[in-house]
Amino acid sequence: MPEGLDRKEVAEKRRHRLFKYLRKEVLPTAFCPGCGCGIVLNCYAHPVDELQLDPNDIVAVTGIGCSSWIPSPYFLRDTLHTTHGRPIPFATGVKIMQPEKTVVVIAGDGDLIGIGGNHLIHAARRNVDIKVFLVNNLIYGMTGGQLAPTTPLGISTTTSPHGNVEHPFEIAELIAAAGASYVARWTTYHVFPLMESMQMALTQKGFCFIEIRSQCPISYGRRVGKRTGSEALQEYKESSVRIEDATEMSPEELVGKIIIGKLVKREKEEFTDNLRKLNLELRTRKIGRGPEEWSLS
Amino acid sequence: MKRNDRIRREYLSRFANRSYFMQGDESVAYGSLYAGCDFFAGYPITPASEVAEVMSAELPRVDGYYIQMEDELASLSAVIGAVWAGAKAMTATSGPGFSLMQENIGYAVMTETPCVIVNVQRSGPSTGQATKPAQGDIMQARWGTHGDHEIIALAPNSVQECFDLAIEAFNLSEEYRTPVIILMDGEVGHMREKITMPPVDKVKIRERKLTTGDELLFGGELIPPMAEFGIGRFIHVTGSTHKESGIRDVESQQAHHTLVTRLCKKIADNRDRIIRFEESCLEDADFAVVSYGATARPAAGAVLRARSEDKKVGMLRLITIWPFPESKVRELGARVRKIFVPEMNLGQLSREVERFVGCEVVSIPKIGGIAHTIDEIYSALKGEV
Repeated sequence: MPEGLDRKEVAEKRRHRLFKYLRKEVLPTAFCPGCGCGIVLNCYAHPVDELQLDPNDIVAVTGIGCSSWIPSPYFLRDTLHTTHGRPIPFATGVKIMQPEKTVVVIAGDGDLIGIGGNHLIHAARRNVDIKVFLVNNLIYGMTGGQLAPTTPLGISTTTSPHGNVEHPFEIAELIAAAGASYVARWTTYHVFPLMESMQMALTQKGFCFIEIRSQCPISYGRRVGKRTGSEALQEYKESSVRIEDATEMSPEELVGKIIIGKLVKREKEEFTDNLRKLNLELRTRKIGRGPEEWSLS
Repeated sequence: MKRNDRIRREYLSRFANRSYFMQGDESVAYGSLYAGCDFFAGYPITPASEVAEVMSAELPRVDGYYIQMEDELASLSAVIGAVWAGAKAMTATSGPGFSLMQENIGYAVMTETPCVIVNVQRSGPSTGQATKPAQGDIMQARWGTHGDHEIIALAPNSVQECFDLAIEAFNLSEEYRTPVIILMDGEVGHMREKITMPPVDKVKIRERKLTTGDELLFGGELIPPMAEFGIGRFIHVTGSTHKESGIRDVESQQAHHTLVTRLCKKIADNRDRIIRFEESCLEDADFAVVSYGATARPAAGAVLRARSEDKKVGMLRLITIWPFPESKVRELGARVRKIFVPEMNLGQLSREVERFVGCEVVSIPKIGGIAHTIDEIYSALKGEV
């Protein structure tokens, strides 16, 4: 131990440099062993640190589910932990009033695609400048492993004990079609491209969406023979196909594959910008007197 | 001073002391602008769409923001998000949309988010008579969201009062850090009357108390100060049971008890300051009519007719529905022989009146989308007084 320092100070010095981004009073995290949420939390802290975003300029909005705990309470920034499925409309309200803030939504597939799916596609359509990091573990993990709208056909869950008979959403493709500015898909195995992709999303204007395939060993993995986090990561490594390569492959070859990479990146008018433009424009337009004037005629 | 205050005042000054002929829905929107509302999120629904129509036209002119959301769940979500980012915000809906908003009303209660929800009541349940008025959401306004809570709900009975109570609703929501419901009905929402708008400086506006240092944001005092995002507090807002700091604590019985009893207490202990009503002909009355909203108008007519026939009937018009004016009603029940409660539902408030009085309570219900006539209320009274 270096002279003049006590044990506590040494421990503090050896802390990970990103430890400052965590809300210390709530640690350790409640994530299960092998859970992907810790990896996503780590990946998220990197671009936030690298971009040196002003701590007061990030607002995290989240819903209900394990991955919603990544920003709330663990990530130390202004945080709005909302009702189940609604973080995107809450975030829309925040972004409209504080357009200079980086508004980030981190939540799961049950929250954003299941109960909140309508909000997700509408926010993509509006191209409102919020950053959505969807942690997709193909299951309702927090509630004990019930069927999700992302669960693959045939998988047995606690509410599909005889095997799932529903087709799952391909959510990244859906959001790309709905009009988002930036859409990508990565897995918790691909941490470096994921960090880079998050950095891209945090800097690109408009609705940015990253689907992050993430493992839930407890509520999903053990049902499909992947009982540990590392087994899941191994599978992500083996079954992922870069989008550039996927275009060369047949549908049969793509069965069971995860297509990773950037699906869309485009310039498009942003919603809150348009609101502001309208307000400015109205200031110079001639305005009549009284309510008889605002009628459509 | 609020972000858009100068532009808002300048724009609204054009209405000062001018009279207009407009609907209650339109009037409640203008009242909200006077109250300082700068954010509206909503979803079209009869008979409340006119509120959104006025807000979509006028908010951009006062440098406020209007957004049409994909449903009512999203509408109240956006409202609450906007409030934490500094807005004074509202939404407007009717029965089916009000049902969809219930979960987020509870969220606003639990997170102590000031906001205003206009419910222009229509005939239900379900789609019911979509274009017809009713007063069937009295109990839903009180108990629609799950869990123990108190709520503030106001019921205007004229177009002018829609304007006045919109200002009152925003002021109450800011003062008590709580959602406030304006319980209009399709009758008041769609009727057209004369309304006179005041000079903007004459309107008393209460602003939320904001933290100036490191006060607790979710406890410590009966109504703690709020914070907005971006002030360096790294505030944590959650609908889960939380400590006074805002951090989730769902395990402790004590934490939940402390939080929820305080949320109830801040309304209940201030009943006398919140509650408003109007009395007429009650000094010597042997009989009383208790009514509210559009129904209070034919009820007042029936009382006048009874008086013209020397029957000692008076009237208590409730402006505040929740918290219920229980001490006023209790006192009234102690000195009259009977209380009549006409309302456009099957007796929702009548039963609430019964809870606080010993005298007989006669419900005069009417449903089906047509308001009571003076004759109907009068003939119900006549047989009994």
